[in-house]
Amino acid sequence: MDYVIETKDLTKRFGNFTAVDNISFAVGRGEIFGFLGANGAGKTTAMRMLCGLSRPTSGQGFVAGYDIFRQQEKIKRNIGYMSQKFSLYEDLQVWENMRLFGGIYGVKDSVIFSKIDETLEKLGLSSERNTLVKALPLGWKQKLAFSVAIFHEPQIVFLDEPTGGVDPVTRRQFWELIYEAASRGITIFVTTHYMDEAEYCHRVSIMVDGRIEALDTPHNLRQQFQATTMDEVFHRLARKAQRQGE
Amino acid sequence: MLKVLIQKEFKQIGRNSFIPKILFVMPLMVILVFPWAANQEITNIQVAIVDNDHSGFSRRLTDKIAASDYFRLSAISENHEVALSTMEDDNADVILEIERDFEKRLMTEGVANVMISVNGVNIIKGGLASNYMSSIVREFATELREENATSAIADVGLNLLPVARFNPFGDYKVFMIPALLVMLLTIICGFLPTINIVSEKEIGTIEQINVTPVKKSIFILSKLIPNWILGLLIMSVYLSLAALVYGLTPAGSLLTIYLFAVIYILVVSGLGLMISNYSSTMQQAMFTMFFFMIIMIMLSGLFTPIASMPRWAQTLTMFNPLRYFIEVMRMVYLKGSGVESLYKQMLALLTFVVVINFGAIRSYKKSG
Repeated sequence: MDYVIETKDLTKRFGNFTAVDNISFAVGRGEIFGFLGANGAGKTTAMRMLCGLSRPTSGQGFVAGYDIFRQQEKIKRNIGYMSQKFSLYEDLQVWENMRLFGGIYGVKDSVIFSKIDETLEKLGLSSERNTLVKALPLGWKQKLAFSVAIFHEPQIVFLDEPTGGVDPVTRRQFWELIYEAASRGITIFVTTHYMDEAEYCHRVSIMVDGRIEALDTPHNLRQQFQATTMDEVFHRLARKAQRQGE
Repeated sequence: MLKVLIQKEFKQIGRNSFIPKILFVMPLMVILVFPWAANQEITNIQVAIVDNDHSGFSRRLTDKIAASDYFRLSAISENHEVALSTMEDDNADVILEIERDFEKRLMTEGVANVMISVNGVNIIKGGLASNYMSSIVREFATELREENATSAIADVGLNLLPVARFNPFGDYKVFMIPALLVMLLTIICGFLPTINIVSEKEIGTIEQINVTPVKKSIFILSKLIPNWILGLLIMSVYLSLAALVYGLTPAGSLLTIYLFAVIYILVVSGLGLMISNYSSTMQQAMFTMFFFMIIMIMLSGLFTPIASMPRWAQTLTMFNPLRYFIEVMRMVYLKGSGVESLYKQMLALLTFVVVINFGAIRSYKKSG
């Protein structure tokens, strides 16, 4: 299989605290990979290392074929990232944010402008083209942030709890966007708290106290833990956790 | 890439409700209020005169003092004791006592005595009062000599007239206004980029930038260039106000001033950026910035002459970019100096630009 993310014994320590403890896994091209875990399990830290935002303490890792120790800037060229905290510019208009990030990734102006219209139409936000982002409701903002994260057609997009605080209908729409992106060959690496969302993933890993305790398809995991839902699987594993969440 | 980032900065500045206002209000405040508040010239000094002579000459001297802008005649006392009690009641800052036979001695011997007693409670006021008074007496002596070139008075008194060159009227405002521009630029161009980056940190947008392939130097430049343009704009507003309100224009070339400003703004913006890179919260950044500002302004020669600082403080001022730009501003405005006589300041400021901005780029970390 063609892997776009591969890690081996990846570890991150902050002083005496081991946030991420020897994790090894691989994600295939075009896969929707769910990265689950309780608060404080080390998901965000692991994701930040993969994105080149944080330097690992030890281990190995390759993202889009580049070393996460030495080629962070090359990785950044090939990924999209949507952080937990909403982070588009609130004082810029919808199209201005798209133009800004398109420009930063070196997308040509002519492409940017046709793509802005196309994307807004798809999101049903054409009428909000010139609205300041801060005036949008949260659900729209999240969809917009996702579209900006994949605007430059990255190989992989990292989503850190993208649907936090969003209503079920919008969450559903959000996952439609994710599927649409995956069908175009973009690999999706997503963390979430919602176990119904875990069912939408091709494969799922569950982190407990910095380690990956389970990794398989949702179907296989349910069988392995003799559970009827992913929720049950998660509870069995998360109960073992020693760490308290934030 | 740089282009879109700069466009973004300008759009944000344009939508900010605060920055465009500051652009005009700050220079206005600094130019309209500061030169008056920072004025160390002392007027309205109260004088008590003890005239023991009651002659034509003594009356003339009295009138001359009363006519001066600096002095206000508060009492004519019959003897020194009475005058002293006036001073004790705080109705006199200085006493001038004219000796008996003042006129007679001047006519015959060409020498006469006056005594100046000064209230030393406010040492600055007292010192200035005694200086002003001495120069009026000296002027009086010169007048007498010129009128009576043939008589004995021809040799009268001292002739130690101080001449304030380049600022012939000793106007404090002419001295302060060019230098206050430096303070204005330091505050605006130092604080704005600091606020800008730290607020991106607090909101979290900087993380979104850090995960893109934007080069550190490009990102820093995208913050520097708008700040640079703002700085030059504010400076133009300020210089126009100086010309409009006080009729003050540089004796030298405006071009020289702009050239130095272009360099100087890079120095302070770089400092602001560096501080913001080391701060994770707004409070932290602001406190650090204030710390640097106060020390830099105190050690710049803006309010107090560097030459009268102790040796160690003088050494410290050499590491203060404000000092050099203030020197440049005063020299260009008052003396009309050109770049060729300011190469030392130029060299110093260029060194600051390189060192500080190198530090700013180095300290900006895209990954932790």
